[in-house]
Amino acid sequence: MALPDVKQNATQARLAAMEMPQSGVWAKAAREDAVSRLISMGLPHRRDEYWKFTRPDTLVQPEGPQAALYDTSDEPEMFGAVDRLKIVFVDGVFDAEQSDDLALEGVTIDRLSEAGRADIHWAKDLYGLLEQRGQTPVARPLATLNTAMAGDGLLIHVTGKAPKPLHLIYQHRATTSDAMLHHVIKLEKDAELTLLESGPVAARFNTVLETEIADGATLHHVRKQGRHHECHVATHVFARLGEESSFKSFTLTANGVMTRNEMVIELTGDDAIAHVAGAAMGDGDFHQDDTVFITHDAERCESRQVFKKVLRNGATGVFQGKILVEPGAQKTDGYQISQALLLDGDSQFLAKPELEIYADDVACSHGSTSGAIDEDALFYLRARGVPHGLATDLLTIAFLAEAVDEVEDEILRADILDRLEGWLARRRG
Amino acid sequence: MLEIKNLHVDLEEEDKAILKGVDLCVEAGKVHAIMGPNGSGKSTLSYVLSGKDGYEVTAGTATLDGVDLLEMEPEERAAAGLFLAFQYPVEIPGVGNMTFLRTAVNAQRKARGQEEMSATDFLKLIREKAKDLKIDADMLKRPVNVGFSGGEKKRNEILQMAMLEPKMCILDETDSGLDVDAMKLVADGVNALRGQGRGFLVITHYQRLLDHIVPDVVHIMSDGRIIKSGGPELALEVEQNGYADIIAEVA
Repeated sequence: MALPDVKQNATQARLAAMEMPQSGVWAKAAREDAVSRLISMGLPHRRDEYWKFTRPDTLVQPEGPQAALYDTSDEPEMFGAVDRLKIVFVDGVFDAEQSDDLALEGVTIDRLSEAGRADIHWAKDLYGLLEQRGQTPVARPLATLNTAMAGDGLLIHVTGKAPKPLHLIYQHRATTSDAMLHHVIKLEKDAELTLLESGPVAARFNTVLETEIADGATLHHVRKQGRHHECHVATHVFARLGEESSFKSFTLTANGVMTRNEMVIELTGDDAIAHVAGAAMGDGDFHQDDTVFITHDAERCESRQVFKKVLRNGATGVFQGKILVEPGAQKTDGYQISQALLLDGDSQFLAKPELEIYADDVACSHGSTSGAIDEDALFYLRARGVPHGLATDLLTIAFLAEAVDEVEDEILRADILDRLEGWLARRRG
Repeated sequence: MLEIKNLHVDLEEEDKAILKGVDLCVEAGKVHAIMGPNGSGKSTLSYVLSGKDGYEVTAGTATLDGVDLLEMEPEERAAAGLFLAFQYPVEIPGVGNMTFLRTAVNAQRKARGQEEMSATDFLKLIREKAKDLKIDADMLKRPVNVGFSGGEKKRNEILQMAMLEPKMCILDETDSGLDVDAMKLVADGVNALRGQGRGFLVITHYQRLLDHIVPDVVHIMSDGRIIKSGGPELALEVEQNGYADIIAEVA
């Protein structure tokens, strides 16, 4: 089917406004392939079914929107309580000065901007590959654009149990920055890594993380987005899991005029586990979209999606979550819940939970709710002397805590809850 | 201490009069009981005094130590020293019992211009109070009232009362859903708080709670008014003859 003119033009305009980073043989091939795929699929348009609830315009247009800088100096450093290897990007560019040495036992870390210029690299077999696999049955053109144009990123090869987490710290310094990062993480058999991410990459940013998790390997992923309100964000995570491997991902989102987080997970080895969770807090012109697609293509795998959003003053939350169970993926255990707490009548939650099952011996459940605050609980708290605002915030945290509880590490979990409490306390004034 | 004069209250949604001129005065250090048949307005009185939404005061006043209660937010009433032990304590998933109590204690202290209680002092105090009410560490850790039995919920109410040390306590059918042993435990908790100038208003259907919490004054409420007041013997009369006789006698 020929691409409609409007899409063709938008895609050409965007590509014309960008320059492909200098690349060696392997990266050049991947990037050029991505460009031709992008031209045939076209960038997202607001009439696309997959973008029904979220307008892609600002993410697609050639000129990136501006975003005011947000001062977060009044907060403690994110994940500050954890011994970690820090890697800093400023407006999407690696900053060696602020970063630790990229050396960690059992882990090799290369920069895409350097390794991509070489003619050969291990990432050749992964870069753009999982992204490409993730294009069916639903196209994800912004990820393809990223494969073609990403200026930097990390290529991480994990061969053992990493002794401490990697923390990617993103700093936003220029109001007009427009950045793309593309990370590839390959975990060998029985390897283990915790990846932390925090902060906005740039005024507009598009990030892709592709991860191949081999048999018995484990990747923990904890991410904080916000509170930089004016940034426009599109993220994609593509994960492919081997036998008895595990991927657990949690995202905290606060503020943000436009955030689209896509997760595409393939369970390809028996007994693999994938858990994805998110807690989002939105106020006013806030739009946050979690789009998740989990494919079960092996036996006895477990997947879990837990997404919670608290919205007020006209904020919008979106959830599109799908579990696809392929023929033969027997004994699948799939679970999906998305819930919104609407603190007023102006806010909205748009949810599209989907199950598509082609195996006959599976257990899949899903649920989606949106509701107001529990007035009885609110009165009970107030009757004990807790002021209205604080009582509302206590109930807000209680609601989000179910998603935060998906984070297994106690220190990280406490850090996230402290942060939520801090944000709410500041908002209360 | 608690003074209610000619209080008239409508249910907001149904435009229906529930309280039709309640007059009541609970003096400092005294225990008053209100008894009455279903639908007489006893629970409404407790909700209106504590500030629950959904009720409209059409006439009358209610003051605590001379301060107008009806103009205040529920949290202000609590900070002023009013406490309602709920008939049906609310379950709050996700909020730990201990966090809840500490937040409440400190919010009230803050509202009264006092310093917040330190974590150590709070822990020491709550352990001591919880022990008397046979509330174990697990119940303190669990989310507020979630998965608590009927008896545990009521004991948790009394624990809150003991921690918050209010001036004026309203107990709304605290005996409902309790077996004899649990009732005794709850009554002991209440009796331990008697005196010290604290006022109590005990709302109940049955005389049996009043065997354990012996009141100074008993009021009979019917159709939104207090129709008769007397000593503890009035409760025994109700137990023997029911409300019908008293209602007929007054009418």
